[in-house]
Amino acid sequence: MAKGDPGVSTRGRRAVPRSRKGATGDPELVQLLTPEGERIESVTGPDGTEYRVDFTDEEYRSFYRDLVLVRKLDAEATALQRQGELGLWASLLGQEAAQVGSGRALRTQDMAFPTYREHGVLYCRGIDPIMPLGLFRGVDQGGWDPNEFKFNMYTIVIGAQTLHATGYAMGINMDGKTGTDEGEAVIAYFGDGATSQGDVNESFVWASVFNAPMVFFCQNNQYAISEPLERQTRIPLYRRAAGFGFPGVRVDGNDVLASYAVTRHALDNARHGQGPSLIEAYTYRMGAHTTSDDPTRYRIASEVEAWQAKDPIARMKAFLVKQKIADDDFFAEVDEQAKRESVHLRERVLEMPNPEPSSMFDHVYPNGSPLVDQQRAQFKQYLESFEGSAH
Amino acid sequence: MATETLTLGKALNAGMRKALENDPKVVIMGEDVGKLGGVFRITDGLQKDFGDQRVIDTPLAESGIIGTAVGLAIRGYRPVCEIQFDGFVYPAYDQIVSQVAKMHYRSRGKLKIPMVIRIPFGGGIGAVEHHSESPEAYFSHTPGLKVATCANPQDAYVMIQQAIASDDPIVFLEPKRRYWEKGPVEVDQPLPEAYPLQAARVARPGTDATLIAYGPMVRTCLDAATAAAEDGRELEVIDLRTLAPLDLGQVYESVRRTGRAVVVHEAPSNIGLGAEVAARITEECFYSLESPVLRVTGFDIPYPASRVEEEYLPDLDRVLDAVDRTFGW
Repeated sequence: MAKGDPGVSTRGRRAVPRSRKGATGDPELVQLLTPEGERIESVTGPDGTEYRVDFTDEEYRSFYRDLVLVRKLDAEATALQRQGELGLWASLLGQEAAQVGSGRALRTQDMAFPTYREHGVLYCRGIDPIMPLGLFRGVDQGGWDPNEFKFNMYTIVIGAQTLHATGYAMGINMDGKTGTDEGEAVIAYFGDGATSQGDVNESFVWASVFNAPMVFFCQNNQYAISEPLERQTRIPLYRRAAGFGFPGVRVDGNDVLASYAVTRHALDNARHGQGPSLIEAYTYRMGAHTTSDDPTRYRIASEVEAWQAKDPIARMKAFLVKQKIADDDFFAEVDEQAKRESVHLRERVLEMPNPEPSSMFDHVYPNGSPLVDQQRAQFKQYLESFEGSAH
Repeated sequence: MATETLTLGKALNAGMRKALENDPKVVIMGEDVGKLGGVFRITDGLQKDFGDQRVIDTPLAESGIIGTAVGLAIRGYRPVCEIQFDGFVYPAYDQIVSQVAKMHYRSRGKLKIPMVIRIPFGGGIGAVEHHSESPEAYFSHTPGLKVATCANPQDAYVMIQQAIASDDPIVFLEPKRRYWEKGPVEVDQPLPEAYPLQAARVARPGTDATLIAYGPMVRTCLDAATAAAEDGRELEVIDLRTLAPLDLGQVYESVRRTGRAVVVHEAPSNIGLGAEVAARITEECFYSLESPVLRVTGFDIPYPASRVEEEYLPDLDRVLDAVDRTFGW
């Protein structure tokens, strides 16, 4: 990866406005913040779209804050799993920028369809990070109303949610809710492995022919558990969009500003009736696939080190320091908040009660079922038969 | 009450038309359901009258039909999905079993998926392979799904409307070889007064043995009962109508009177609906039984080439042969 062009100033208001391609040496990658924390004023994507962001210092700081917060909460969840308090955790480590950037690009009226790793997007939607932990602790299986939070339940079957997102987006069209700034759009999250799934390819077809107002946001973290990208594709994933008839762009997924810019642009296009697009957020899963995985079996340390140098938080911090947007007090305060919130999260996870056993019979059907009712009653009777027993 | 004579297929069409009229959130989607009216013409004329936003010709991908319908349901729509033939539902199986069936449960009741998945099922029309299958056990085995099937035009008309109005996800199996059979339909019967979806019905009362069937085999059993009556044997025929959850109250009541039960379906016997019905009858009516519960079903082979399907499918003679065996026990 090339370094940022030293001829370009790192901040918008001081910059000589200049657009360019290939800031990274990779003509395909949209990047607004280099790994060294150099700000790129604007970048032209493969289809000629110019990407730029213009944030206040306060906004830049809040991006940093979110990045740190979601990493810290994620680390806490990993620790909770290691201590036996969660059955499993799917860490987002390394993917914070892709999630915070895209998550913050969503407008209030937009709907998100996550996989099981979008804890950062969830956080940026303003949702209490405790919400998905019941699933990983094993006390529920989601349990939230997608419409209340504009955030669907986590989907574990790979790629299935992309079709749900597409159908939801078709509904937006049917409701006539596109064509204005208040128009609605949908974002569907999935990974590089999912691009091999039939459902994802079907959702591309559907979204295309129905001009669905949606963004396919693929976090290409280079691995589907153990299988490298080469096992899923021969071409850059974003180029698949062309075959389905909509735009595709690859963004530096470790660059929160570019991730934001590209997603905001794509969502706004969608809400204005210009149909779907595919974003490939090029990133790296720094941790294991889940806490059950051992990545040392399939990838080498030097590869991880190379990506470590592109860390999304380090580069944002470097940018803030260089531009004197934030000082040590700020960074300490953010760390303090992260610590406080993670302790709070931990406390609440430990307090999550196990569900009443008989509640497993609840909500199988909206209108109930005589069979389930009968089995619930028999189960209750069976439990009662032990009452007063020494065993 | 206005009574019309309709084929089963036309009755389904009329029922869906009424559902589209009554609720603007109802949408029909599937392959060829629009201009063509479906390969069996069950949705004939609906797109013309309700537009292509409500009767949607979809791309040719079954998982896509069901998966996008889930999204539409989350958005507040009531999708009625047509799967063109029974043998083509399997690409959508994951979406049906892992997504449609579980959304309400996973959300602890906060999210409903009021979806109907219409599937023409069963054999007897001389079709090529993958067009004559009976997949009801796969879906009936899945908690979170309800499975229903109609056997006559009146039920077709009412049950499809009930299914669409229900908040439960329902796999609605249509007996394709009965699409052209005519019968009286009370078309202005208000929906709330109709029987609940899960209720079985006595299709023909009798005293000597109980035949239990659903979908296309109800007609076969009624024919068998007519033939048996000529020999002086009165067979009761019960149409289950809903396969999940099963409504067996009337079956138990009947078997306690007759002491003999034969379950009839086209699907293979192994781990099929007949096995479940037989097991439950045995539990509930053990002291009333004069013989084991017998099953007359398709064989445990892939659906055969159509030139031999008449031999594969249960018919009047095989049903009566089983009845005879219950008397010979």
